[in-house]
Amino acid sequence: MSQTSHLSSVQKSAQPDIEDMRKMHVVVVGHVDHGKSTFVGRLLHDTDSLPNGKLEQVRKNCAAEGMEFEYAFLLDALIEEQEQNITIDTTRIFFRTTQRAYAIIDAPGHKEFLKNMVTGAASASAALLLIDANEGVMDQSRRHAFLLSLLGVKQLVVLVNKMDLIKHDQSTYEKIKVEYTAFLKSLGLTAVHFIPIAAKHGENVVQRSDKMSWWKGPTVAEALDNFKHEDDLTGLPLRLPVSDIYRFDHRRIIAGRVEAGAIRPGDELIFQPGGRRSTVRTFEDWPGHSRDVVGTSGSANFSLSEQIFVERGQVAAHPNQQPRVGREFRARIFWLGKEPLQQNKTYRLRLLTQNVEAVIAKIEKITDASSLEPIEASTVPRDTICEVIVRSTRPIAFDLHSECAITGRFAIEDKGRINGGGIILDSITEKTSGEGKVTAAERTARAGHSPAVIWFTGLSGSGKSTIAELVERRLFDAGKKVFRVDGDDLRTALNRDLGFSATDRAESVRRASAVAGLFANAGHIALVTLIAPLAADRAKARAALANHAFIEVFVDAPLEVCESRDVKGLYAKARRGEIPEFTGISSPYEAPEAPEVHIRTDKLSTTQAVELVINALDKILESKAEDWEV
Amino acid sequence: MSRNAQNDHLTRLEQTSIHIFREAFANFRSVCMPWSMGKDSNVLIWLARKAFCGKIPFPLLHIDTTYEFPEMYEFREKAKEIHGVDLIVRINEDAIRRGIGYATHDPVTVTHELKTVPLKAAIDEFKWDALVTGIRRDEDPTRAKERWFSPRSAEGVWDYKDQPPEFWGQFASTAPEGGHVRVQPLLEWTELDIWEYIRRENIPNPTLYFARNGKRFRSLGCHPITHPVDSPASNIDEVIEELKLTRVSERAGRAQDHVGRNSMQALRAKGFM
Repeated sequence: MSQTSHLSSVQKSAQPDIEDMRKMHVVVVGHVDHGKSTFVGRLLHDTDSLPNGKLEQVRKNCAAEGMEFEYAFLLDALIEEQEQNITIDTTRIFFRTTQRAYAIIDAPGHKEFLKNMVTGAASASAALLLIDANEGVMDQSRRHAFLLSLLGVKQLVVLVNKMDLIKHDQSTYEKIKVEYTAFLKSLGLTAVHFIPIAAKHGENVVQRSDKMSWWKGPTVAEALDNFKHEDDLTGLPLRLPVSDIYRFDHRRIIAGRVEAGAIRPGDELIFQPGGRRSTVRTFEDWPGHSRDVVGTSGSANFSLSEQIFVERGQVAAHPNQQPRVGREFRARIFWLGKEPLQQNKTYRLRLLTQNVEAVIAKIEKITDASSLEPIEASTVPRDTICEVIVRSTRPIAFDLHSECAITGRFAIEDKGRINGGGIILDSITEKTSGEGKVTAAERTARAGHSPAVIWFTGLSGSGKSTIAELVERRLFDAGKKVFRVDGDDLRTALNRDLGFSATDRAESVRRASAVAGLFANAGHIALVTLIAPLAADRAKARAALANHAFIEVFVDAPLEVCESRDVKGLYAKARRGEIPEFTGISSPYEAPEAPEVHIRTDKLSTTQAVELVINALDKILESKAEDWEV
Repeated sequence: MSRNAQNDHLTRLEQTSIHIFREAFANFRSVCMPWSMGKDSNVLIWLARKAFCGKIPFPLLHIDTTYEFPEMYEFREKAKEIHGVDLIVRINEDAIRRGIGYATHDPVTVTHELKTVPLKAAIDEFKWDALVTGIRRDEDPTRAKERWFSPRSAEGVWDYKDQPPEFWGQFASTAPEGGHVRVQPLLEWTELDIWEYIRRENIPNPTLYFARNGKRFRSLGCHPITHPVDSPASNIDEVIEELKLTRVSERAGRAQDHVGRNSMQALRAKGFM
């Protein structure tokens, strides 16, 4: 190679004046000894990207130690690598052209270092995969492609290297191309090009080889400049995992990175799991650095209009485009742990900022990542791929990988160490196994939460149904099993035979508590809305439901306020004497003395009221959760 | 800033670094940020202030080798004021009493004694489980292999042969028993990125970086072993123009890197930044 040139002189962009400063991350993978480090060393040399004196220094070092110079030594800076001739960890090499900057990631090809290859490839937008023309497609050539497909690296160029060793023979090249294309196809991958090169001599790297005139496609340098940056996810539904909550002079600031979509002040957000809603009040940027929108990969910090309980791990989304919330899904996992992955063992599952305990409920299939053949084994050995059912002990927010990759993938941690990663294929909501009578614990496990009864008491027109309906909606949207037992509904059916005498009222409360108890037994959160004016009747209901979490919500508004609302025209009728024994007018209402939640609907907004109820429920369910989390 | 500011190259780097800061602060019990007062370190302070709404919620640490340029001490006091930081200063008094110094010892020994040893002592004293460092992958081949979150053993040793995998924004967020994790928000930045960001954000820096009499410092360390490079670049614009063309490595003026063939690796494996 007598002459060097910049990549930019090879490929001119349409707008040469605009410099693309975003680094294109390209990972270089392939079987051990297929020439990755040599290729990268050569690429740097031929693009004139080496620091002054680097080449001479390495040549001198080699001469001093009696070794033959290799381009690979330019990169393999660690002692062990030079001794063993293996790239132990991923190396990043930065270089730039007048058009754009590159980070070339040189990933190790040796099987022992697969976790390092994963680390390198996961941060890349494109991949160059080397195959030794003399050796052909090998174990790691296939395994790396499988991992690229799992990691979501879609742009791939295959470099058929060491063409000089096979006398630049086109038919050998074609054979490799046919064989490997078929393999890639089975993974759903397509290579943009198969470029024949001889990295050691710089053939078809930057300079076109005169020994392979049959090759009409691009050089590697040209192919590099044609790679595109990863898709901008700003057009996708918002996914903002909460990193932290900061408290500054009474402001609560929610911090998190926008992983997909965009967020603006005024946006209504729902936080999953949990399902609480609020509105973005403002970005709380450092003064003088404020923004009006934060798009994908931006780090946001904002306050909410209504104070709600938010914690690290929750994913903020727009209510009309929510993630799934669940505890069980089918996933494809690559396992890097020294100890095999085991069925029924508990690991930590990390998905964005969520970090929960999860059990590998079932290992369905173990696949050799190279041959794609199934492996018969009860545990998953290191560096293999498997399909499993994962069950978390708490609900998590996620998407299927096919819907939104960034929220559809996770890492598995064991003893504080990340040992594997996976993509979510399907969510599972039904579970169909077990023997004998269905137990309360099983119902709770399926629901993902304990049952509860929330009893809304208060005058007619105080706002019981309004609040209960909003609470129901919130819980329902959060994936909870919930049902409203409405006093008016009961009256038209179950309680048709009852009037408004003290005895009938007592019976009405008894029946409502029995119905609520049935729903709770079935695993639901039952929301009862019933005036239940007498303290003694309510006490009996509470006692009857003692097996369940019970929350009494006193929906409190002054009589004048209720009467002025008079949605159903009942107060007017009562005043005219058309309804006898009307609570508040002609019949007493005994206000609860120690309700779990006391809501002054004349003072609070409905949103605030709903929040009080949800917070009380969360608290009581969290204390219950320990009973069933295994 | 424009509406789509995060699509801008520097803003992308900035936003990623902020995310790293926040993940570190959320994951670790006790965080500290060593501060060399050099350009990368000063960018880190700026990013930390952006990450935490102006006020850095953890202390900074200056390991004073006593061989800093006089101008650096002045800069330290000024910058401390500007950024409102909580600064801890440590000196290895014992090594100085034993006469360890550049006049009598080689740079690797002095660097180890006056930087690495007091750093370990401070970690033991304050029980930090995470240290935020300003290292970048483009500085040195061994740093190119670093992770965003990089564990160190109780002895401060970096096991570069068995590093944790790092993908999809999941980092090694548990410190090894008795050890700590190095958090490195600037990994993906280049020297040029640093200077362009300093220019854009107007971040205070020592004037030693700018040429006087045809020489300037490109990287700052102890004065006996830090040499200026030939350069006419006397302001930020000129430094940036120079970096776009240069092919001299950034740490060329740092003697301790060049004692043996792998001296940088040896230093780093023992706990150097």
